[in-house]
Amino acid sequence: MTANRVAIIAGHGSMDEAYPPLILGTAAVAMDMETAIFFTFYGLEILKKGMADKLQVSPIANPAMPQPVPGISVPNIVGMLPGMTAVATGMMNGWMKKANTAKLSELLDMAVEFDVRLIACQMSMDVMGIKLEDLIDGVEVAGAAAFLEFASKDAIVLNF
Amino acid sequence: MSQSFDQELDCKGLSCPMPILKTKKAIDKMESGQVLKMFATDPGAIPDMEAWTAKTGHEMLSHEKDGDVFTFCVKKK
Repeated sequence: MTANRVAIIAGHGSMDEAYPPLILGTAAVAMDMETAIFFTFYGLEILKKGMADKLQVSPIANPAMPQPVPGISVPNIVGMLPGMTAVATGMMNGWMKKANTAKLSELLDMAVEFDVRLIACQMSMDVMGIKLEDLIDGVEVAGAAAFLEFASKDAIVLNF
Repeated sequence: MSQSFDQELDCKGLSCPMPILKTKKAIDKMESGQVLKMFATDPGAIPDMEAWTAKTGHEMLSHEKDGDVFTFCVKKK
């Protein structure tokens, strides 16, 4: 059986965790697969107006993060110091730019343009006090059943 | 003999998934049977373009490597 649908769950709002759902979602739709991304809890940050390129990456409890100076290991506890999240984010942004990686906002624009269904979880919005007008245009608000109904039609399901 | 083409697309310098997204965007605007010539420098573009054509049904007529630049010719289905 060949799947022609991709159903993705985006549940995190840090920069590094926002990339996989947007990269795979846009690639899926470019491969003519019907695609939906369900944004729940912190994943909603990605959809907030003007937020996509401001998402941060935390060095705390993130031992896989490359070291600023290769070969010199910075103790993880340093990540607790004020400003270290901004430092780590700046470093990561620099690496992404060097590798010519698309910005999150570009991927999000592509997703809207290619008609990826961007579903904002109603319940998470209520919990976190997020209103529809806080989110970019082209988003639909729905619940678990709406996403599962889409996924139930032979979709590949990816959870991030 | 080099492959004839109807349109060119420069994806040099772009990394995954942009070459695929831009290729899709370009091919959507073309007519069936027309050929798109796409240039990329991302080494991942080779398996990605092969997978993309396999899934979408567009035909990969050729792919070549010249230094750091990969050239793909794709015929729209």
